[in-house]
Amino acid sequence: MAERSFAKEVLDLRLGAGDEFRGEGILAITKALLQSGVGYVGGYQGSPISHLMDVLADAQDILSELGVYFEASASEAAAGAMLSASVMYPIRGAVTWKSTVGTNVASDALANLASGGVTGGALIIVGEDYGEGSSIMQERSHAFAMKSQIWLLDPRPNLESIVKAVEDGFELSEASNTPVMLEVRVRSCHVHGRFAAKDNKSPPFTLAQALEHPVRDTDRIVLPPASFLHEKEKIERRWPAAVQFIKERKLNEVFEGDIDDVGIILQGGMYNSVMRALQGLDLADVWGRTRVPLYVMNVTYPLIDDELTAFCASKRAVLMVEEGQPDYIEQALHKILRKADIAAKIYGKGPLPLAGEYTVPVLRGAIRSFLVSERHPALPDRLRAPNEAAALSDDQIQALGAAVPARPAGFCTGCPERPIFAAMKLVEKELGPHHVAADIGCHLFSILPPFNIGATTMGYGLGPASASAFNVRAGKRSISVMGDGGFWHNGLTSGIGNAVFNKHNGVVLIVDNYYASATGGQDLLSSRADNRSRSTQHPIAAAVRGIGATWVRQIDRTYDVALMRDTLKEALTTEEKGPKIIIASSECMLNQQRRTRPLFAKAVKAGERMVKERFGVDDDVCTGDHACIRLSGCPSLSIKYTDDPLKDDPVAAVDNSCVGCGNCGEVAEAAVLCPSFYRADIIHNPGGFEQWIARLRLSVIGLLQQRRERRRPMFAST
Amino acid sequence: MNMIAQVPQLDTVKPITIAVLAMGGQGGGVLVDWIVALAESQGWIAQSTSVPGVAQRTGATIYSIELIAARAGMPYPVLSLMPVPGEVDIVLGAELMEAGRAIQRGLVTPERTTLLASSHRSYAVREKQVPGNGIGAAAAVYQAAGAAAKRFIVFDMAAIADATGSAISAVMFGALAGSGALPFPRSAYEETIRAAGVGVEPSLRAFREGFDGAGEPGQTRSPPLAPNATPDKRFPELAPVGHPGYDALVQRARAIFPGELHGMLAAGLQRVVDYQDIGYGAEYLDLVASFESFGSLALTGAAAKYIAVAMAYDDVIRVADLKTRSTRVERIRREILAKPEQLVQLTEYMHPRAEEVVGVLPAALGRWLEARPRAIAAIDRIVNRGRRVRTDTLRWFLALSVIAGLRRFRRGMWRHAQEIEHRDAWLAAARAAAAIDPTLAVEILQARRLVKGYSDTHARGQSKFDKVMAAAIRLQGRPDAAQWVQRLCRAALADEDGTALDGALATIESFLR
Repeated sequence: MAERSFAKEVLDLRLGAGDEFRGEGILAITKALLQSGVGYVGGYQGSPISHLMDVLADAQDILSELGVYFEASASEAAAGAMLSASVMYPIRGAVTWKSTVGTNVASDALANLASGGVTGGALIIVGEDYGEGSSIMQERSHAFAMKSQIWLLDPRPNLESIVKAVEDGFELSEASNTPVMLEVRVRSCHVHGRFAAKDNKSPPFTLAQALEHPVRDTDRIVLPPASFLHEKEKIERRWPAAVQFIKERKLNEVFEGDIDDVGIILQGGMYNSVMRALQGLDLADVWGRTRVPLYVMNVTYPLIDDELTAFCASKRAVLMVEEGQPDYIEQALHKILRKADIAAKIYGKGPLPLAGEYTVPVLRGAIRSFLVSERHPALPDRLRAPNEAAALSDDQIQALGAAVPARPAGFCTGCPERPIFAAMKLVEKELGPHHVAADIGCHLFSILPPFNIGATTMGYGLGPASASAFNVRAGKRSISVMGDGGFWHNGLTSGIGNAVFNKHNGVVLIVDNYYASATGGQDLLSSRADNRSRSTQHPIAAAVRGIGATWVRQIDRTYDVALMRDTLKEALTTEEKGPKIIIASSECMLNQQRRTRPLFAKAVKAGERMVKERFGVDDDVCTGDHACIRLSGCPSLSIKYTDDPLKDDPVAAVDNSCVGCGNCGEVAEAAVLCPSFYRADIIHNPGGFEQWIARLRLSVIGLLQQRRERRRPMFAST
Repeated sequence: MNMIAQVPQLDTVKPITIAVLAMGGQGGGVLVDWIVALAESQGWIAQSTSVPGVAQRTGATIYSIELIAARAGMPYPVLSLMPVPGEVDIVLGAELMEAGRAIQRGLVTPERTTLLASSHRSYAVREKQVPGNGIGAAAAVYQAAGAAAKRFIVFDMAAIADATGSAISAVMFGALAGSGALPFPRSAYEETIRAAGVGVEPSLRAFREGFDGAGEPGQTRSPPLAPNATPDKRFPELAPVGHPGYDALVQRARAIFPGELHGMLAAGLQRVVDYQDIGYGAEYLDLVASFESFGSLALTGAAAKYIAVAMAYDDVIRVADLKTRSTRVERIRREILAKPEQLVQLTEYMHPRAEEVVGVLPAALGRWLEARPRAIAAIDRIVNRGRRVRTDTLRWFLALSVIAGLRRFRRGMWRHAQEIEHRDAWLAAARAAAAIDPTLAVEILQARRLVKGYSDTHARGQSKFDKVMAAAIRLQGRPDAAQWVQRLCRAALADEDGTALDGALATIESFLR
């Protein structure tokens, strides 16, 4: 069950010819798949394409009506391999994942797929997570397209172009027997726009037909000598077929302009930003008219030599806008123009920065510098010199640097992973720092304040594997962390199996929060929920024991900080050989709240006795040292100024977003912090007897208090 | 030049551009959806996008919206997918520092930008984790906004959201309508909220208050000034309360000390009397009076404050006393928004150690035990564990009351003896300094601020305090001694481990040698 429900968006998938679709880019792609008669879809969730997976998971009814098979793949490798259904059969298939991380994982399958080639259209939709807000290493999917000779589409970032790219992509794949990769950037995935919908199509050839009439052809299997033939076939047949299709169908676009002695060549995805940059230089308008000619590569691989030479032939200079590095396209462009003996000078990296996101100011600066270098009269004088950043040099704005704090992502309010790292910090205080191999997932927030735990991260599910070298006699052991998502993705074999087999003595901490939480709360094998269409409730502990681990500790409530701490200490000190595996399980609070909050409200409304827990701080007891915060970082545990004239520093305070997870109390207790915290159990609809007892207690306590307070001077402030 | 092609007639119309800066859970996405739906309902074309990345959790997200009136016969417009510095018409900052961040990113410019921000603070971990006060200066944002924005509308939207049972997004939507920055009528905004159909009534209430908060549309006024960052300290009056013993102390204090210090003296006096008894109050006045003779108002003021802090040290008796006050339950019920018909049960998290037990023993016995680590360890084995006690039950209320009642024996206790010894050494040092350099004496008194917390935290604070005191005594006589002690205190409060303090001490060492 994913974090977000797409019940409403699913209805948009039913739109047909004559309707207008309005919505998010990634949902438009989902709709485009159905319009293209796709036969099966798979993938692995991750920003920015999680919503594609989530919406399809919520759209089981429509999918079964159309006869489309949808699978939440175990990993990107599994998704990539799924496309092999299109090798022998004329069935369109699509898979999706976050790139480049997912493409890395899938590249074995993709290389084999691309070698043998496909019969049915095979589309790989990659969410290119590059630039601002990216959560992964900065690399390009382009390299994968080139190495495996998979065609790469990078459409202009509006819904109509993106939807068209899906449809074109399938056809291009079929015309050239080659898988096609469709690259969509983060902002395009989340862009709200509109396009004219078409009717959904059932796949003309179904998976059932394929199963019932199997076909095989040894020439399509990657094994010599067929594999040698595949390479020739790629060059001699598939590539030319692709080039011909791209040219005939005009997948790339030329926008003419009157200043035609120069031009800009750009990736499709860069189009809107380039246009906005040109507007800033009075060279274009919001309706898409431009004075500088543009060659827009909606297909960035393969390059179409004829189109490029035609565009450049009569120009003295062109600017190549290619985001990311290395500059594969720019290098190829140099070769193409040199071979065709075209003199147009190529600008690219130089005016444009070598690396980093190409924002509008960056592009505007580069286009300006390009035209200035060419001494081009098109640029009005007032725009020749840059004038931005003037406002930013203001002293008052500079002063913000000291005031505005960085706000990196962190654990949510009540997150069950927080107490795990609080316990690790307590262990660190006792036994000293350890080498901690971190992993991908929410738990990676441990590397940030206040916990500052974790040395490296080597990839999803690779935490334990990345500590594998540290299997030598030493005074300390390594600790590696991995989430349940990473565990099922590959960690069971690469981490646990590897450690068991190699008799690794380190500690492996598996953070089990019942979902793939970082990607949006999708279910996985060990999820506790009943899922209508998936098989869940397969415990991680059983899996690790099954693979040969013997020292296994299952902790069913991560909020028990003392137990967490003591278990970790035992794991770090026990004499037992082999990996020490701790499985720390508690439900992701974000998902738990989403699940239980409506039920709670309903029960209260129905008059049932319900207890809501939350924490608070007695601010007269708190001394404002904030040690509790250094072991928490919870958004609901904050600080406030106090009006007590004898206190200089702000005191701790718990706000009303507290979900009563218990971490504050447990940490205060385990770390012997201070007695300021209290837990308040608010009882909705209390029973009669309970109320009577409470009244009785209150009156007796009241009498005692009165007696005591009569004996001392009472002040308004106490 | 061979410009043969005809120069196209470029349209100079520009889209209205909006940037929203919000944190996870503030409803930024909802606000953006509303703005898009609003514009579309008015026949405009709207494009929105965001870069959530990992900020989907608790980090900051920037949303970008562009709106343009649809025009017959024209193709679909080409809109930007990111806010462009210098080209943003409206910036909505759902929290004060997020507004500051927008200014830092150049999104707010004097020619174009209306900046709407909520004045409330949601502190970042970096601000909260500092052992002292790490809160960023709100005034810096107000000043920068005054310089950078064409118009700056700021008020506490979180308070309105809380009061109306809605989210900050609804208040912001109201403020946006109230600002008149978009060419749409108020009714269209309200209709948008109704059409979205989620939490309609609370959202509309919040919307209305947000609308009013924005002031008159188009109204020009000088940019708002930062409210006082720290709320005023609540100084009680140095006046009789109808308790003969206390009133006599008041009489005495009024006679000795100048009026300027009466507020602080009242606060200090009430604290120590409440902490112990009238006699303790007399002792307090004696100690403060011993600084009066130096004739420095600042010095006596610092003495009035920090002697009270030192005398009212945190111990188990004090905690038990505070946890069993008659005013406490009502205060807590108010804080946690408990309704009258709901019951509230309270659980306290206590973790006594041998130190606490030995601390309440008679001083001689405590001193004797303290010299015997094995005995301490044995006691620790018995008492040292977390105890959760329900103070709303008679049993635990009585237990804590008994501990609070130990107050009358406090003067003879081991912990008290230690505190007094430590206190007197500190005051002696301050008096010695005062004779030569009253400003240094003030800083020495203020260093008391470093001692806070319980158990390990207290020990750490105490050790920092002792280091600063040692340095202060060595610095005595230098003209910049006071400044250095002040620097040391600031460094001591900057981090937990005392890294900054050790650095500052090393610097002092370099010139004292």
